[in-house]
Amino acid sequence: MLGMAEAALARTPAAADKTVLSVKGLQAWYNESHILHGIDLDVREGEVVTLLGRNGAGKTTTLKAIMGIVRKRIGSVVFDGKELIGLPIDRIARHGVAFCPEERAIFASLSVKENLFLPPPISKAGAMSVEHIFSLFPNLRERLASGGGKLSGGEQQMLAIARILRTGARFLMLDEPTEGLAPVIIQQIGRTIAELKREGFTILLVEQNFRFASTLADRFFVMEHGRIIDTFANSELEARMDRLHEALGV
Amino acid sequence: MTIFGHTISMSQLYGQLLIGLINGSFYALLSLGLAVIFGMLTIVNFAHGAFYMMGAFVAYFLLHGLGLNYWWALILAPLIVGAIGAIVERLFLKRLAGFDPLYSLLLTFGLALIIQGLFQNYFGASGMPYAIPKQLAGAYNLGFMFLPVYRGWVILASAVVCFATWLIIEKTKLGAYLRAATENPTMVRAFGINVPRMVTVTYGFGVALAAFAGVLAAPINQVRPGMGADIIAVVFAVVVIGGMGSILGSIVTGFVLGVIEGLTKVFYPEASNTVVFVIMAIVLLIRPTGLFGRAA
Repeated sequence: MLGMAEAALARTPAAADKTVLSVKGLQAWYNESHILHGIDLDVREGEVVTLLGRNGAGKTTTLKAIMGIVRKRIGSVVFDGKELIGLPIDRIARHGVAFCPEERAIFASLSVKENLFLPPPISKAGAMSVEHIFSLFPNLRERLASGGGKLSGGEQQMLAIARILRTGARFLMLDEPTEGLAPVIIQQIGRTIAELKREGFTILLVEQNFRFASTLADRFFVMEHGRIIDTFANSELEARMDRLHEALGV
Repeated sequence: MTIFGHTISMSQLYGQLLIGLINGSFYALLSLGLAVIFGMLTIVNFAHGAFYMMGAFVAYFLLHGLGLNYWWALILAPLIVGAIGAIVERLFLKRLAGFDPLYSLLLTFGLALIIQGLFQNYFGASGMPYAIPKQLAGAYNLGFMFLPVYRGWVILASAVVCFATWLIIEKTKLGAYLRAATENPTMVRAFGINVPRMVTVTYGFGVALAAFAGVLAAPINQVRPGMGADIIAVVFAVVVIGGMGSILGSIVTGFVLGVIEGLTKVFYPEASNTVVFVIMAIVLLIRPTGLFGRAA
Protein backbone atom coordinates (compact mmCIF):
# COMPACT_ATOMS: atom_id res chain seq x y z
CA MET A 1 0.00 0.00 0.00
CA LEU A 2 2.77 2.41 0.93
CA GLY A 3 4.58 2.00 -2.36
CA MET A 4 1.39 2.81 -4.19
CA ALA A 5 0.82 5.88 -2.07
CA GLU A 6 4.28 7.21 -2.75
CA ALA A 7 3.86 6.59 -6.45
CA ALA A 8 0.61 8.50 -6.42
CA LEU A 9 1.86 11.41 -4.39
CA ALA A 10 5.23 11.64 -6.10
CA ARG A 11 3.55 12.95 -9.19
CA THR A 12 1.50 15.53 -7.36
CA PRO A 13 1.81 18.41 -9.80
CA ALA A 14 3.57 21.23 -8.04
CA ALA A 15 2.37 23.43 -10.83
CA ALA A 16 -1.25 22.74 -10.02
CA ASP A 17 -2.25 26.34 -10.33
CA LYS A 18 -5.14 26.30 -12.76
CA THR A 19 -8.44 25.98 -10.93
CA VAL A 20 -10.72 23.59 -12.81
CA LEU A 21 -13.67 23.70 -10.45
CA SER A 22 -14.61 26.54 -8.17
CA VAL A 23 -17.66 26.15 -5.92
CA LYS A 24 -18.87 29.12 -3.89
CA GLY A 25 -21.79 29.34 -1.50
CA LEU A 26 -23.42 26.25 -2.94
CA GLN A 27 -26.74 25.43 -1.31
CA ALA A 28 -28.95 22.51 -2.30
CA TRP A 29 -32.28 21.00 -1.33
CA TYR A 30 -33.94 17.62 -1.64
CA ASN A 31 -37.62 18.44 -1.87
CA GLU A 32 -38.20 20.46 1.29
CA SER A 33 -35.06 19.54 3.18
CA HIS A 34 -32.13 21.90 3.02
CA ILE A 35 -29.03 19.69 2.67
CA LEU A 36 -26.14 21.95 1.66
CA HIS A 37 -25.75 25.25 3.54
CA GLY A 38 -23.12 27.03 1.51
CA ILE A 39 -20.22 24.92 0.24
CA ASP A 40 -16.94 26.53 -0.81
CA LEU A 41 -14.37 24.33 -2.47
CA ASP A 42 -11.97 24.36 -5.36
CA VAL A 43 -10.19 21.71 -7.38
CA ARG A 44 -7.06 22.44 -9.40
CA GLU A 45 -6.04 20.76 -12.58
CA GLY A 46 -4.51 17.30 -12.09
CA GLU A 47 -5.42 17.13 -8.42
CA VAL A 48 -7.20 14.41 -6.48
CA VAL A 49 -9.37 16.13 -3.91
CA THR A 50 -11.27 14.08 -1.37
CA LEU A 51 -14.44 14.99 0.50
CA LEU A 52 -14.49 13.41 3.93
CA GLY A 53 -17.31 13.35 6.43
CA ARG A 54 -19.76 11.14 8.24
CA ASN A 55 -22.82 9.61 6.67
CA GLY A 56 -25.35 12.31 5.91
CA ALA A 57 -22.80 15.15 6.00
CA GLY A 58 -23.74 16.07 2.41
CA LYS A 59 -20.81 14.63 0.43
CA THR A 60 -22.92 12.83 -2.17
CA THR A 61 -25.27 15.80 -2.39
CA THR A 62 -22.30 18.05 -3.11
CA LEU A 63 -21.36 15.90 -6.11
CA LYS A 64 -24.97 15.73 -7.27
CA ALA A 65 -25.38 19.48 -6.88
CA ILE A 66 -22.29 20.08 -9.02
CA MET A 67 -23.70 17.67 -11.62
CA GLY A 68 -27.09 19.40 -11.50
CA ILE A 69 -28.92 16.30 -10.32
CA VAL A 70 -30.63 18.02 -7.36
CA ARG A 71 -33.75 19.96 -8.30
CA LYS A 72 -32.97 23.13 -6.38
CA ARG A 73 -29.53 24.62 -5.94
CA ILE A 74 -28.18 28.13 -5.58
CA GLY A 75 -24.71 29.63 -5.33
CA SER A 76 -21.97 29.33 -7.88
CA VAL A 77 -20.32 26.35 -9.57
CA VAL A 78 -17.74 27.49 -12.11
CA PHE A 79 -16.17 24.72 -14.15
CA ASP A 80 -13.51 25.44 -16.72
CA GLY A 81 -14.52 29.10 -16.64
CA LYS A 82 -18.25 28.43 -17.16
CA GLU A 83 -21.05 28.88 -14.64
CA LEU A 84 -22.96 25.59 -14.29
CA ILE A 85 -25.78 26.78 -12.03
CA GLY A 86 -28.90 27.03 -14.17
CA LEU A 87 -27.72 24.51 -16.77
CA PRO A 88 -29.55 21.19 -17.21
CA ILE A 89 -27.73 17.96 -16.32
CA ASP A 90 -26.91 16.94 -19.89
CA ARG A 91 -25.38 20.33 -20.70
CA ILE A 92 -23.20 20.12 -17.60
CA ALA A 93 -22.03 16.67 -18.69
CA ARG A 94 -21.18 18.04 -22.13
CA HIS A 95 -18.98 20.68 -20.54
CA GLY A 96 -16.78 17.83 -19.34
CA VAL A 97 -18.00 16.86 -15.87
CA ALA A 98 -18.20 13.07 -15.47
CA PHE A 99 -19.98 11.46 -12.54
CA CYS A 100 -19.67 7.93 -11.20
CA PRO A 101 -22.45 7.50 -8.64
CA GLU A 102 -22.28 5.55 -5.41
CA GLU A 103 -24.82 2.99 -6.65
CA ARG A 104 -22.72 2.63 -9.84
CA ALA A 105 -25.86 2.71 -12.00
CA ILE A 106 -24.89 -0.08 -14.36
CA PHE A 107 -27.83 -0.65 -16.70
CA ALA A 108 -29.08 -4.19 -16.19
CA SER A 109 -30.96 -4.33 -19.50
CA LEU A 110 -27.77 -3.47 -21.41
CA SER A 111 -24.77 -5.71 -22.03
CA VAL A 112 -21.40 -4.76 -20.53
CA LYS A 113 -20.31 -3.61 -23.97
CA GLU A 114 -23.41 -1.44 -24.39
CA ASN A 115 -22.85 0.03 -20.92
CA LEU A 116 -19.23 0.80 -21.73
CA PHE A 117 -20.06 2.52 -25.01
CA LEU A 118 -23.21 4.26 -23.82
CA PRO A 119 -21.88 7.72 -22.88
CA PRO A 120 -21.39 9.71 -26.06
CA PRO A 121 -17.96 11.30 -26.58
CA ILE A 122 -17.91 14.92 -25.47
CA SER A 123 -14.42 15.71 -26.68
CA LYS A 124 -11.96 13.87 -28.88
CA ALA A 125 -8.97 15.23 -27.03
CA GLY A 126 -8.22 13.36 -23.83
CA ALA A 127 -10.53 10.43 -24.51
CA MET A 128 -9.04 7.15 -23.39
CA SER A 129 -8.82 4.41 -26.00
CA VAL A 130 -10.74 1.21 -25.42
CA GLU A 131 -7.48 -0.75 -25.44
CA HIS A 132 -6.12 1.45 -22.68
CA ILE A 133 -9.31 0.97 -20.67
CA PHE A 134 -8.96 -2.80 -21.01
CA SER A 135 -5.36 -2.57 -19.82
CA LEU A 136 -6.66 -0.85 -16.67
CA PHE A 137 -9.57 -3.25 -16.24
CA PRO A 138 -8.63 -6.58 -17.88
CA ASN A 139 -11.70 -8.30 -16.39
CA LEU A 140 -14.05 -6.16 -18.46
CA ARG A 141 -12.75 -7.46 -21.77
CA GLU A 142 -13.84 -10.98 -20.87
CA ARG A 143 -17.25 -9.85 -19.69
CA LEU A 144 -18.20 -7.67 -22.67
CA ALA A 145 -21.05 -9.91 -23.81
CA SER A 146 -22.48 -10.40 -20.31
CA GLY A 147 -25.57 -8.61 -19.12
CA GLY A 148 -24.92 -5.53 -17.00
CA GLY A 149 -26.96 -7.06 -14.20
CA LYS A 150 -24.72 -10.14 -14.02
CA LEU A 151 -21.54 -8.41 -12.82
CA SER A 152 -20.04 -8.65 -9.36
CA GLY A 153 -19.83 -5.50 -7.26
CA GLY A 154 -16.16 -5.01 -8.15
CA GLU A 155 -16.79 -5.50 -11.86
CA GLN A 156 -19.68 -3.05 -11.69
CA GLN A 157 -17.44 -0.45 -10.11
CA MET A 158 -14.75 -0.95 -12.73
CA LEU A 159 -17.30 -0.69 -15.52
CA ALA A 160 -18.77 2.45 -13.95
CA ILE A 161 -15.35 4.11 -13.94
CA ALA A 162 -14.35 2.72 -17.35
CA ARG A 163 -17.56 4.08 -18.85
CA ILE A 164 -16.68 7.71 -18.12
CA LEU A 165 -13.03 7.47 -19.27
CA ARG A 166 -13.98 6.93 -22.91
CA THR A 167 -15.81 10.22 -23.35
CA GLY A 168 -12.96 12.70 -23.18
CA ALA A 169 -14.11 14.21 -19.87
CA ARG A 170 -11.01 15.13 -17.86
CA PHE A 171 -12.79 15.88 -14.59
CA LEU A 172 -14.16 12.86 -12.74
CA MET A 173 -16.38 12.81 -9.68
CA LEU A 174 -16.22 9.40 -8.00
CA ASP A 175 -18.68 8.70 -5.20
CA GLU A 176 -17.39 6.03 -2.79
CA PRO A 177 -15.73 3.80 -5.36
CA THR A 178 -14.58 1.31 -2.70
CA GLU A 179 -17.89 0.83 -0.91
CA GLY A 180 -18.72 -2.79 -0.23
CA LEU A 181 -15.74 -4.17 -2.13
CA ALA A 182 -13.17 -6.80 -1.14
CA PRO A 183 -9.68 -5.51 -0.15
CA VAL A 184 -8.03 -6.90 -3.29
CA ILE A 185 -10.55 -5.07 -5.47
CA ILE A 186 -10.09 -1.89 -3.45
CA GLN A 187 -6.37 -2.09 -4.17
CA GLN A 188 -7.05 -2.42 -7.86
CA ILE A 189 -9.38 0.59 -7.80
CA GLY A 190 -6.70 2.50 -5.91
CA ARG A 191 -4.02 1.66 -8.48
CA THR A 192 -6.41 2.75 -11.20
CA ILE A 193 -7.13 6.11 -9.59
CA ALA A 194 -3.39 6.65 -9.08
CA GLU A 195 -2.84 5.85 -12.75
CA LEU A 196 -5.61 8.23 -13.81
CA LYS A 197 -3.96 10.94 -11.76
CA ARG A 198 -0.61 10.26 -13.43
CA GLU A 199 -2.36 10.68 -16.75
CA GLY A 200 -3.55 14.09 -15.74
CA PHE A 201 -7.19 13.48 -14.86
CA THR A 202 -8.62 15.76 -12.20
CA ILE A 203 -10.60 13.83 -9.61
CA LEU A 204 -13.07 14.83 -6.91
CA LEU A 205 -13.46 11.81 -4.68
CA VAL A 206 -15.95 11.07 -1.94
CA GLU A 207 -14.65 8.39 0.42
CA GLN A 208 -15.59 6.87 3.74
CA ASN A 209 -12.48 4.70 3.54
CA PHE A 210 -10.10 7.21 5.04
CA ARG A 211 -6.96 5.09 4.66
CA PHE A 212 -7.74 4.54 1.02
CA ALA A 213 -8.25 8.25 0.44
CA SER A 214 -5.08 9.22 2.29
CA THR A 215 -2.96 7.30 -0.23
CA LEU A 216 -4.42 9.16 -3.18
CA ALA A 217 -5.57 12.64 -2.30
CA ASP A 218 -3.59 15.86 -2.62
CA ARG A 219 -6.04 17.79 -0.50
CA PHE A 220 -8.99 17.09 1.75
CA PHE A 221 -12.19 18.89 2.55
CA VAL A 222 -14.05 17.79 5.66
CA MET A 223 -17.82 18.15 5.70
CA GLU A 224 -20.33 18.23 8.52
CA HIS A 225 -24.05 19.07 8.43
CA GLY A 226 -23.88 20.36 4.87
CA ARG A 227 -20.89 22.65 5.45
CA ILE A 228 -17.15 22.46 4.87
CA ILE A 229 -15.57 22.57 8.34
CA ASP A 230 -11.93 22.02 7.45
CA THR A 231 -9.52 21.76 4.56
CA PHE A 232 -5.89 20.71 4.44
CA ALA A 233 -3.20 19.23 2.20
CA ASN A 234 -1.99 15.65 2.37
CA SER A 235 1.24 16.82 4.03
CA GLU A 236 -0.76 18.14 6.99
CA LEU A 237 -2.55 14.87 7.44
CA GLU A 238 -0.45 13.53 10.33
CA ALA A 239 -0.91 16.67 12.34
CA ARG A 240 -4.68 16.62 11.82
CA MET A 241 -5.27 13.01 12.78
CA ASP A 242 -6.82 13.63 16.18
CA ARG A 243 -9.18 16.28 14.96
CA LEU A 244 -10.14 14.13 11.99
CA HIS A 245 -10.92 11.12 14.12
CA GLU A 246 -13.22 13.32 16.12
CA ALA A 247 -14.91 14.80 13.05
CA LEU A 248 -15.32 11.50 11.24
CA GLY A 249 -16.07 9.39 14.28
CA VAL A 250 -13.57 6.74 13.22
CA MET B 1 -64.97 -31.53 -39.37
CA THR B 2 -67.43 -31.00 -36.49
CA ILE B 3 -66.45 -29.25 -33.28
CA PHE B 4 -68.80 -27.90 -30.59
CA GLY B 5 -71.66 -28.90 -32.89
CA HIS B 6 -70.41 -26.72 -35.77
CA THR B 7 -69.55 -28.14 -39.12
CA ILE B 8 -66.36 -26.50 -40.34
CA SER B 9 -64.94 -26.45 -43.81
CA MET B 10 -61.24 -26.09 -44.41
CA SER B 11 -61.71 -22.90 -46.41
CA GLN B 12 -63.62 -21.43 -43.47
CA LEU B 13 -60.77 -22.37 -41.15
CA TYR B 14 -58.11 -20.83 -43.38
CA GLY B 15 -60.26 -17.78 -43.95
CA GLN B 16 -60.58 -17.13 -40.24
CA LEU B 17 -56.90 -17.85 -39.69
CA LEU B 18 -56.13 -15.17 -42.25
CA ILE B 19 -58.51 -12.69 -40.67
CA GLY B 20 -56.91 -13.55 -37.34
CA LEU B 21 -53.45 -12.80 -38.73
CA ILE B 22 -54.66 -9.49 -40.13
CA ASN B 23 -56.28 -8.46 -36.87
CA GLY B 24 -53.10 -9.66 -35.18
CA SER B 25 -51.09 -7.34 -37.45
CA PHE B 26 -53.02 -4.36 -36.11
CA TYR B 27 -52.88 -5.57 -32.52
CA ALA B 28 -49.11 -6.02 -32.84
CA LEU B 29 -48.47 -2.57 -34.34
CA LEU B 30 -50.70 -0.82 -31.82
CA SER B 31 -49.54 -2.69 -28.75
CA LEU B 32 -45.93 -2.22 -29.85
CA GLY B 33 -46.47 1.55 -29.89
CA LEU B 34 -48.07 1.36 -26.46
CA ALA B 35 -45.18 -0.73 -25.17
CA VAL B 36 -42.56 1.68 -26.52
CA ILE B 37 -44.37 4.62 -24.91
CA PHE B 38 -44.98 2.85 -21.62
CA GLY B 39 -41.38 1.66 -21.37
CA MET B 40 -39.95 5.14 -21.71
CA LEU B 41 -42.60 7.42 -20.23
CA THR B 42 -44.52 5.01 -17.95
CA ILE B 43 -47.60 6.48 -19.55
CA VAL B 44 -50.58 4.33 -20.42
CA ASN B 45 -51.46 6.08 -23.66
CA PHE B 46 -55.23 5.98 -23.87
CA ALA B 47 -55.11 8.36 -26.85
CA HIS B 48 -53.52 5.59 -28.93
CA GLY B 49 -56.77 4.60 -30.64
CA ALA B 50 -57.46 8.24 -31.51
CA PHE B 51 -54.03 8.56 -33.16
CA TYR B 52 -54.69 5.33 -35.08
CA MET B 53 -57.95 6.85 -36.34
CA MET B 54 -56.14 10.10 -37.20
CA GLY B 55 -53.65 8.12 -39.30
CA ALA B 56 -56.52 6.79 -41.41
CA PHE B 57 -58.08 10.27 -41.70
CA VAL B 58 -54.80 11.87 -42.73
CA ALA B 59 -54.51 9.24 -45.47
CA TYR B 60 -58.03 10.16 -46.57
CA PHE B 61 -57.28 13.92 -46.58
CA LEU B 62 -54.02 13.42 -48.44
CA LEU B 63 -55.81 11.48 -51.15
CA HIS B 64 -58.87 13.67 -51.53
CA GLY B 65 -57.34 17.01 -50.57
CA LEU B 66 -53.88 16.88 -52.09
CA GLY B 67 -54.17 13.97 -54.46
CA LEU B 68 -51.37 12.10 -52.69
CA ASN B 69 -51.90 8.37 -52.99
CA TYR B 70 -51.71 5.50 -50.51
CA TRP B 71 -47.93 5.12 -50.72
CA TRP B 72 -47.41 8.77 -49.82
CA ALA B 73 -49.89 8.38 -46.99
CA LEU B 74 -47.98 5.40 -45.64
CA ILE B 75 -44.97 7.70 -45.13
CA LEU B 76 -46.57 11.09 -44.50
CA ALA B 77 -49.43 10.14 -42.16
CA PRO B 78 -47.14 8.61 -39.50
CA LEU B 79 -44.87 11.67 -39.75
CA ILE B 80 -47.74 14.15 -39.44
CA VAL B 81 -49.58 12.32 -36.65
CA GLY B 82 -46.28 11.54 -34.93
CA ALA B 83 -45.45 15.25 -34.93
CA ILE B 84 -48.86 15.99 -33.40
CA GLY B 85 -48.06 13.37 -30.76
CA ALA B 86 -44.73 15.05 -30.04
CA ILE B 87 -46.53 18.37 -29.57
CA VAL B 88 -49.04 16.73 -27.21
CA GLU B 89 -46.10 15.36 -25.21
CA ARG B 90 -44.38 18.75 -25.03
CA LEU B 91 -47.54 20.69 -24.20
CA PHE B 92 -49.29 18.34 -21.79
CA LEU B 93 -47.67 15.02 -20.86
CA LYS B 94 -44.32 16.58 -19.99
CA ARG B 95 -45.97 18.50 -17.18
CA LEU B 96 -47.21 15.26 -15.64
CA ALA B 97 -43.80 13.60 -15.47
CA GLY B 98 -43.13 12.52 -11.92
CA PHE B 99 -46.81 12.40 -10.99
CA ASP B 100 -48.84 9.24 -10.47
CA PRO B 101 -49.35 7.54 -13.90
CA LEU B 102 -53.07 7.85 -13.24
CA TYR B 103 -52.90 11.53 -14.20
CA SER B 104 -51.44 10.90 -17.65
CA LEU B 105 -53.89 8.04 -18.11
CA LEU B 106 -56.80 10.41 -17.42
CA LEU B 107 -55.28 13.09 -19.62
CA THR B 108 -54.80 10.80 -22.62
CA PHE B 109 -58.24 9.29 -22.07
CA GLY B 110 -59.76 12.76 -22.13
CA LEU B 111 -57.73 13.67 -25.21
CA ALA B 112 -59.01 10.57 -26.98
CA LEU B 113 -62.61 11.54 -26.24
CA ILE B 114 -62.04 15.10 -27.45
CA ILE B 115 -60.30 14.04 -30.67
CA GLN B 116 -62.89 11.41 -31.44
CA GLY B 117 -65.73 13.83 -30.62
CA LEU B 118 -64.30 16.51 -32.91
CA PHE B 119 -63.94 14.09 -35.82
CA GLN B 120 -67.44 12.80 -35.25
CA ASN B 121 -68.75 16.36 -35.20
CA TYR B 122 -67.21 17.23 -38.55
CA PHE B 123 -67.31 13.91 -40.40
CA GLY B 124 -70.24 12.06 -38.84
CA ALA B 125 -70.18 8.61 -37.32
CA SER B 126 -70.45 6.70 -40.56
CA GLY B 127 -67.42 5.67 -42.54
CA MET B 128 -65.82 7.09 -45.64
CA PRO B 129 -64.46 4.62 -48.16
CA TYR B 130 -60.77 4.48 -49.01
CA ALA B 131 -59.96 2.46 -52.10
CA ILE B 132 -57.33 -0.27 -52.10
CA PRO B 133 -54.35 0.99 -54.16
CA LYS B 134 -54.40 -0.57 -57.60
CA GLN B 135 -51.01 -2.24 -57.14
CA LEU B 136 -52.49 -4.23 -54.25
CA ALA B 137 -55.89 -5.04 -55.75
CA GLY B 138 -56.94 -8.57 -56.64
CA ALA B 139 -56.18 -11.88 -54.99
CA TYR B 140 -53.74 -14.78 -55.14
CA ASN B 141 -55.12 -18.26 -55.60
CA LEU B 142 -53.30 -20.30 -53.01
CA GLY B 143 -55.06 -23.49 -54.05
CA PHE B 144 -56.96 -24.03 -50.84
CA MET B 145 -58.21 -20.42 -50.71
CA PHE B 146 -58.02 -16.97 -52.28
CA LEU B 147 -55.71 -14.54 -50.51
CA PRO B 148 -56.62 -10.91 -51.22
CA VAL B 149 -53.34 -9.20 -52.11
CA TYR B 150 -54.01 -6.26 -49.81
CA ARG B 151 -54.50 -8.52 -46.77
CA GLY B 152 -51.22 -10.25 -47.49
CA TRP B 153 -49.57 -6.85 -47.76
CA VAL B 154 -50.94 -5.75 -44.37
CA ILE B 155 -49.49 -8.80 -42.66
CA LEU B 156 -46.14 -8.33 -44.39
CA ALA B 157 -45.92 -4.57 -43.74
CA SER B 158 -46.85 -4.97 -40.10
CA ALA B 159 -44.36 -7.79 -39.57
CA VAL B 160 -41.56 -5.80 -41.21
CA VAL B 161 -42.24 -2.62 -39.23
CA CYS B 162 -42.53 -4.55 -35.96
CA PHE B 163 -39.28 -6.38 -36.64
CA ALA B 164 -37.48 -3.17 -37.61
CA THR B 165 -38.67 -1.48 -34.40
CA TRP B 166 -37.51 -4.41 -32.34
CA LEU B 167 -34.15 -4.33 -34.12
CA ILE B 168 -33.70 -0.60 -33.45
CA ILE B 169 -34.54 -0.92 -29.78
CA GLU B 170 -32.58 -4.08 -29.03
CA LYS B 171 -29.58 -3.81 -31.34
CA THR B 172 -28.67 -0.18 -32.00
CA LYS B 173 -26.98 2.60 -30.09
CA LEU B 174 -30.19 4.63 -30.13
CA GLY B 175 -32.02 1.64 -28.69
CA ALA B 176 -29.37 1.32 -25.96
CA TYR B 177 -30.05 4.96 -24.99
CA LEU B 178 -33.75 4.18 -24.86
CA ARG B 179 -33.33 1.08 -22.74
CA ALA B 180 -30.88 2.83 -20.43
CA ALA B 181 -33.16 5.85 -20.04
CA THR B 182 -36.04 3.51 -19.23
CA GLU B 183 -33.99 2.20 -16.30
CA ASN B 184 -32.36 5.37 -15.04
CA PRO B 185 -33.12 8.59 -16.93
CA THR B 186 -31.10 10.80 -14.57
CA MET B 187 -27.91 8.84 -15.11
CA VAL B 188 -28.36 8.86 -18.89
CA ARG B 189 -28.70 12.65 -18.69
CA ALA B 190 -25.55 12.76 -16.59
CA PHE B 191 -23.76 11.24 -19.60
CA GLY B 192 -24.74 14.27 -21.66
CA ILE B 193 -27.78 12.87 -23.46
CA ASN B 194 -30.81 15.12 -23.84
CA VAL B 195 -33.32 12.73 -22.29
CA PRO B 196 -36.36 15.07 -22.38
CA ARG B 197 -35.96 15.39 -26.15
CA MET B 198 -35.61 11.62 -26.40
CA VAL B 199 -38.86 11.21 -24.45
CA THR B 200 -40.68 13.51 -26.88
CA VAL B 201 -39.32 11.65 -29.90
CA THR B 202 -40.21 8.29 -28.35
CA TYR B 203 -43.79 9.35 -27.74
CA GLY B 204 -43.98 10.70 -31.29
CA PHE B 205 -42.60 7.42 -32.61
CA GLY B 206 -45.12 5.31 -30.67
CA VAL B 207 -47.90 7.52 -31.99
CA ALA B 208 -46.50 7.25 -35.52
CA LEU B 209 -46.75 3.45 -35.28
CA ALA B 210 -50.44 3.85 -34.44
CA ALA B 211 -50.93 6.18 -37.41
CA PHE B 212 -49.12 3.71 -39.69
CA ALA B 213 -51.57 1.02 -38.55
CA GLY B 214 -54.39 3.49 -39.25
CA VAL B 215 -53.25 3.97 -42.85
CA LEU B 216 -52.99 0.18 -43.30
CA ALA B 217 -56.53 -0.15 -41.93
CA ALA B 218 -58.10 2.56 -44.09
CA PRO B 219 -58.76 0.36 -47.17
CA ILE B 220 -59.95 -2.59 -45.02
CA ASN B 221 -62.28 -0.91 -42.61
CA GLN B 222 -63.80 2.36 -43.63
CA VAL B 223 -62.27 5.58 -42.37
CA ARG B 224 -64.46 6.59 -39.44
CA PRO B 225 -64.06 8.40 -36.12
CA GLY B 226 -64.99 5.38 -34.01
CA MET B 227 -62.45 3.00 -35.54
CA GLY B 228 -59.86 3.61 -32.83
CA ALA B 229 -62.22 3.20 -29.92
CA ASP B 230 -63.38 -0.13 -31.35
CA ILE B 231 -59.95 -1.71 -31.49
CA ILE B 232 -58.19 -0.13 -28.52
CA ALA B 233 -59.90 -2.17 -25.78
CA VAL B 234 -58.61 -5.40 -27.32
CA VAL B 235 -55.16 -3.83 -27.80
CA PHE B 236 -54.94 -2.95 -24.13
CA ALA B 237 -55.83 -6.53 -23.28
CA VAL B 238 -53.01 -7.63 -25.60
CA VAL B 239 -50.57 -5.30 -23.84
CA VAL B 240 -51.59 -6.64 -20.44
CA ILE B 241 -51.18 -10.24 -21.63
CA GLY B 242 -47.80 -9.56 -23.21
CA GLY B 243 -46.53 -7.54 -20.26
CA MET B 244 -46.53 -3.75 -20.08
CA GLY B 245 -43.53 -2.29 -21.80
CA SER B 246 -42.19 -5.54 -23.27
CA ILE B 247 -41.26 -4.90 -26.90
CA LEU B 248 -41.02 -8.49 -28.08
CA GLY B 249 -43.97 -9.48 -25.89
CA SER B 250 -46.29 -6.95 -27.48
CA ILE B 251 -45.40 -8.07 -31.02
CA VAL B 252 -45.69 -11.81 -30.41
CA THR B 253 -48.81 -11.49 -28.27
CA GLY B 254 -50.44 -9.24 -30.86
CA PHE B 255 -50.08 -11.74 -33.68
CA VAL B 256 -50.85 -14.80 -31.53
CA LEU B 257 -54.01 -13.33 -30.02
CA GLY B 258 -55.25 -12.28 -33.45
CA VAL B 259 -54.93 -15.88 -34.58
CA ILE B 260 -56.54 -17.25 -31.41
CA GLU B 261 -59.43 -14.86 -31.93
CA GLY B 262 -59.76 -16.01 -35.53
CA LEU B 263 -59.71 -19.68 -34.54
CA THR B 264 -62.31 -19.04 -31.86
CA LYS B 265 -64.56 -17.60 -34.57
CA VAL B 266 -64.32 -20.92 -36.35
CA PHE B 267 -64.71 -23.28 -33.43
CA TYR B 268 -66.88 -21.34 -31.00
CA PRO B 269 -68.06 -18.09 -32.56
CA GLU B 270 -70.04 -17.08 -29.47
CA ALA B 271 -66.77 -16.54 -27.57
CA SER B 272 -64.83 -14.76 -30.31
CA ASN B 273 -65.38 -11.30 -28.86
CA THR B 274 -64.50 -12.31 -25.32
CA VAL B 275 -61.71 -14.84 -25.76
CA VAL B 276 -58.95 -12.20 -25.53
CA PHE B 277 -60.34 -10.88 -22.27
CA VAL B 278 -60.71 -14.39 -20.85
CA ILE B 279 -57.04 -15.02 -21.65
CA MET B 280 -56.18 -11.67 -20.06
CA ALA B 281 -57.98 -12.65 -16.85
CA ILE B 282 -56.19 -16.01 -16.74
CA VAL B 283 -52.77 -14.43 -17.38
CA LEU B 284 -53.38 -11.82 -14.70
CA LEU B 285 -54.21 -14.57 -12.22
CA ILE B 286 -51.14 -16.68 -13.04
CA ARG B 287 -48.54 -14.09 -14.10
CA PRO B 288 -49.59 -10.56 -13.14
CA THR B 289 -46.58 -9.04 -14.94
CA GLY B 290 -47.70 -10.57 -18.26
CA LEU B 291 -46.19 -13.38 -20.31
CA PHE B 292 -43.09 -11.42 -21.30
CA GLY B 293 -43.03 -8.90 -18.47
CA ARG B 294 -40.32 -8.67 -15.87
CA ALA B 295 -41.24 -8.39 -12.23
CA ALA B 296 -41.00 -4.76 -11.18
